[in-house]
Amino acid sequence: MSLRGSASATLPPPAAQPADAGVAVHCKGVVKGYNTASTRVMALRGVDLQIRAGELMMLVGPSGCGKTTLISVIAGILDRDEGECSVFGHDFAAMSSGQRTRFRGENVGFVFQAFNLLPALTAAQNVAVPLLINGLPQREAIKAGREMLARVGLGDRTDSLPRELSGGQQQRVAIARALVHKPRLIVCDEPTSALDHDTGHVIMRLLKSVALDKDRALVIVTHDARIFGFADRIALMDDGHITGISRPETPTATPAAN
Amino acid sequence: MNALALRMLLGDRAKFLGIVFGIGFAAFLITQQVSIFVGLMARTFGFLTDASLPQVWVMDPKVQFIDDLKPLQDTQLYRVRGVEGVAWAMPLYKGLLRARLANGAFQTCNVIGIDDSTLIGGPPEMLHGRIEDLRRADGVVVDDVGASGKLARPAPVDPSTGKPIGKPTPLRVGDFLELNDHRAVVVGICRVSRTFQSQPVVYTTYTRAVTFAPRERKLLSFVVASVSPGRDVESVAARIRAQTGLAAYTSGEFKRMTVLYFMRYTGIPLNFGIAVVLGFLVGTAIAGQTFYNFTLDNLRQFGALKAMGTGNLRLLRMILLQALLVGFIGYGLGVGSASLFAFVPLGELAFMLLPQTLAITGAAIVLICLAASLLSIQKVMRLEPAIVFKG
Repeated sequence: MSLRGSASATLPPPAAQPADAGVAVHCKGVVKGYNTASTRVMALRGVDLQIRAGELMMLVGPSGCGKTTLISVIAGILDRDEGECSVFGHDFAAMSSGQRTRFRGENVGFVFQAFNLLPALTAAQNVAVPLLINGLPQREAIKAGREMLARVGLGDRTDSLPRELSGGQQQRVAIARALVHKPRLIVCDEPTSALDHDTGHVIMRLLKSVALDKDRALVIVTHDARIFGFADRIALMDDGHITGISRPETPTATPAAN
Repeated sequence: MNALALRMLLGDRAKFLGIVFGIGFAAFLITQQVSIFVGLMARTFGFLTDASLPQVWVMDPKVQFIDDLKPLQDTQLYRVRGVEGVAWAMPLYKGLLRARLANGAFQTCNVIGIDDSTLIGGPPEMLHGRIEDLRRADGVVVDDVGASGKLARPAPVDPSTGKPIGKPTPLRVGDFLELNDHRAVVVGICRVSRTFQSQPVVYTTYTRAVTFAPRERKLLSFVVASVSPGRDVESVAARIRAQTGLAAYTSGEFKRMTVLYFMRYTGIPLNFGIAVVLGFLVGTAIAGQTFYNFTLDNLRQFGALKAMGTGNLRLLRMILLQALLVGFIGYGLGVGSASLFAFVPLGELAFMLLPQTLAITGAAIVLICLAASLLSIQKVMRLEPAIVFKG
């Protein structure tokens, strides 16, 4: 099912091929709501967004504006109610649950705010998890994990447990884990909010240098204004809409456009 | 991923040990209680185990178990001997008689009278003396527990304090007993299987036993028999039943009948059953609670694994593998520690560990593991991977 691998035969063909072949994420009119005890809360009210390959897009906005729901829909871990959303031309809605799970495993990398490293595993073993999920033998997976840790500057901490690492080091392990299986889309949820200013900048420089290439897109949800400067574009969200998209050099947001 | 599941489990040592303890405790309690139950039940037919030579036991049709004595007329012995397929048939007396102790106290004894000439039905192991010495005048053989316990000579009493000085002296070969006002000489000390009855066991010849016993018209408790070589024991027993109108059982049938009687009328299975069920429930509660807490603690990790592309089936396998590991270790520890009871040097402890008990415990542990993992499985299966994006 990998976009690069031979298993792609089992994946439904790209349903809604965007006009621009360099488009990584294409969302149009995405609507998502949650049922509560008495009412239905609309988290996304028709989101239009396009992210290009090789681009680092930040989603920013106040709490509850729908950022997390949007990256969950983009990453294929939440179903949308209405609209279109495809990742490199593949629409999650056209996939079965199993296909979607495999697609995520092969094509999406995750960096979480709370790192979510497995506490009983060493750094190298944690990094190897996506490869193990994709069926690589343990020995090879851990070898690849060590190599990836070296790339993020933790070559000397491969056998350390998460509790033996600082917050910044743990986030670097998480970044290595998000990259080790060479996904084409990386989604990051508040990757610097648990870190101090300097460490946050180190992490962002690392993400930009190691994670970003012309075939891969990064989507980062953040409140952290200190890292806005690392974005190629910033999507401002409010009340389930994208209210504007700006470039970090431009202080005033431009109207939303695809 | 299997190794990952096991590392997740072993990484949280406190919870891992808690789950193993819960399962181990259940396995221990189930194995120990069932084994003691089996041991106690085996004691009900201890006398049958000791008298291993007879293949068929013939008795009054109303007899329900080994100690339910309904004597026969002596002539029944000859009727049994006349049945085709019976190789030999011998008389056996079994009854409770009073022994008078040296201090004037009385002690009820379980007196066994065995065939004078062949001595079939005698004790399985002689510790002192020879079984053949029963043929000497007034000869009896006493079991070692009785000889050193209830039939022992009381210690002399200090007249000033009224308390015994020293310990009672065990009966020895050559000592005398008074059985129902008849003189008896101890010619041997034997070892017998423990029975439900706590009385000392005294073996003597059939002829002497019936003279010790109060005079009654019928004194023959059982006819014990063996079948001719090549003959089927059950069919010969059936033939004895048909021709004599008496009850005739194989040793195995008589043991089963005795056990069933005790199970039906004593309430012992219910009491042990309650202990076993309690062990099962406590084990399930401890293991289930701890396993569920372990899953809750790792919920974000499970969510992350789901988000990263781990399917529900694989997570199910991981949880079941974790349950299997703790179940396996807990079972081993529980059964292993319970089996140590077999080596406890207490003669009074009824403990018999059968392969079937291990299988029963194993099945119970499988159920506990399934019950313990069920809640966790349900939680993880329903888990939304989007949980990982909630700070």
